[in-house]
Amino acid sequence: MITVCRIEDLPPGESMRVTDGVPAPIALFNADGAVYAIDDTCTHQDASLADGWLEGCFVECPLHAASFDLRTGRPTCLPAKAPVRTYPVTVEDGHVLLHVSVGEPV
Amino acid sequence: MKTIAVIGASLAGLSTVRALRTEGYDGDIVVVGEERHQPYDRPPLSKDFLKGDISADALALGSAEEYEELRVRWLLGRRAVGLDPAARAITLSDGQELHADGVVIATGAGARTVPGADGLAGIHTLRSLDDAEALRADLLNGLPRVVVIGAGFVGAEVASTAHRLGLQVTVIEALDVPLERALGREMGLLCSSLHTDHGVRLQCGTGVTGFSSGNGRVTGVHLADGRLVPADVVLVGVGVRPATDWLAGSGVHVDDGVVCDTGCATNVPQVVAVGDVARCPHPFTGRHARIEHWTSAMEQAGTAARTLLSGTSAPPPSRPPYFWSDQYRIRIQLAGHVLPGDRPELLDGDYESRSFTAVYRREGHPVAVLAMDQPKLFNRLRRTLVPAVAAAAP
Ligand SMILES: Cc1cc2nc3c(=O)[nH]c(=O)nc-3n(C[C@H](O)[C@H](O)[C@H](O)COP(=O)(O)OP(=O)(O)OC[C@H]3O[C@@H](n4cnc5c(N)ncnc54)[C@H](O)[C@@H]3O)c2cc1C
Ligand code: FES
Repeated sequence: MITVCRIEDLPPGESMRVTDGVPAPIALFNADGAVYAIDDTCTHQDASLADGWLEGCFVECPLHAASFDLRTGRPTCLPAKAPVRTYPVTVEDGHVLLHVSVGEPV
Repeated sequence: MKTIAVIGASLAGLSTVRALRTEGYDGDIVVVGEERHQPYDRPPLSKDFLKGDISADALALGSAEEYEELRVRWLLGRRAVGLDPAARAITLSDGQELHADGVVIATGAGARTVPGADGLAGIHTLRSLDDAEALRADLLNGLPRVVVIGAGFVGAEVASTAHRLGLQVTVIEALDVPLERALGREMGLLCSSLHTDHGVRLQCGTGVTGFSSGNGRVTGVHLADGRLVPADVVLVGVGVRPATDWLAGSGVHVDDGVVCDTGCATNVPQVVAVGDVARCPHPFTGRHARIEHWTSAMEQAGTAARTLLSGTSAPPPSRPPYFWSDQYRIRIQLAGHVLPGDRPELLDGDYESRSFTAVYRREGHPVAVLAMDQPKLFNRLRRTLVPAVAAAAP
């Protein structure tokens, strides 16, 4: 488990990339108060989803506009076909906690 | 409609096949492709694929399972050589004749070259996977001196990749300012300075008059100002020509591409065109020009499919044209359309660090946004752009 930040640092509509202490970069989103965590790298080509456009609980890739459902990690349109992984994330005592174990196989 | 023939087995053709099925078309689909490969992605050909970071398999646009689901009959490795709309017939290079109720023209474009390049080993153009494999083999053969003719996006990406492979690279551009037409003077200069930032030589304002050679292989490039630039490998990146030769005599209106209306309909009923080959009036830019961008080929496919199935021209979405380019590990993104006189205004970052976002304004309205390595802000601003028609209004 990783303490990422305080919830004030991830206000609604915002995103964040976590690279420290995780096997592969993870993107965190605050979608209208609900916090989600998914793999940061798009499954299509090389783009960071934390840089994407957040709309409801979907994020649109900043390179070729594939959209991913933050709840399931599944792409909702081309050009992405494979899902991104989702990770459990909770907010406790005002801290955003990401539940991945260091060294978890990718 | 019982049979639709899609001519051209690449991004636009495949995207149209997908859109036809999404729209509920249940009849036969035949796809004719000149290349022997199933549809693959071209942008990596000058980037990761040329560098050797990804394999040819990774370029595939679809999969065997998807093609089975789409129920496509492929006729690959042969070209369409004629179209007779009255008989609804397409003649192929192997003599076969296809009959179809609807035709999708998706033949894209082919690389232009320069006089004197034909028949000399070491001189390449880059449009197809086979081109990329040949160029890559030549780049890996010793430590060749590389000359890129044309500082457009494909030329610039090849220069960047060759530089990253550790090669000595010179870029030659006939215009005084590279990319001026796409980006304007200021930003054209800025983007082309990525070459000189990395020690790649850039010669602007001088054309190429021919080549020197020995034993059938290029040894140098002659410039209009009299100089000779030594070269072991040359990439000619001087733009493309729409692949419309096969439509000669068909009655389909061709003038720098297949002339279409906004819904991708040609002047011939039940014949639509899509992708790099199609010249449609653009709802956002207001221009009637071909758009040679990946995203445009994807987006037009839905419009073309709806037009073909409904028999009336479908309205296209009014989105600003978009493309990206990766050079020297920097991602350049442009949305909208730049005219001479549209002035870029820096919104974030700074030009020196090669990380910034700039917005072009026309009559005070944002009409285009250009970014280097600022995808997040770029994508926010891309949504605020104003169509040319609206921007031109007093
Ligand atoms: C090296 C390279 C890098 C690129 N990088 C970018 C980028 O970074 N960003 C971006 O936005 N765009 C980029 N593009 C442009 C993008 O790839 C094109 O816009 C896109 O491929 C257009 O798709 P299309 O299907 O219309 O045409 P094409 O991809 O050109 O496909 C047309 C197909 O039709 C076939 N064909 C032609 N004539 C016939 C015939 N008579 N019969 C049968 N088949 C025929 C051709 O062989 C070809 O396979 C790049 C292109 C290249 C070549
Ligand atoms: S990299 Fe995400 S859609 Fe292409």
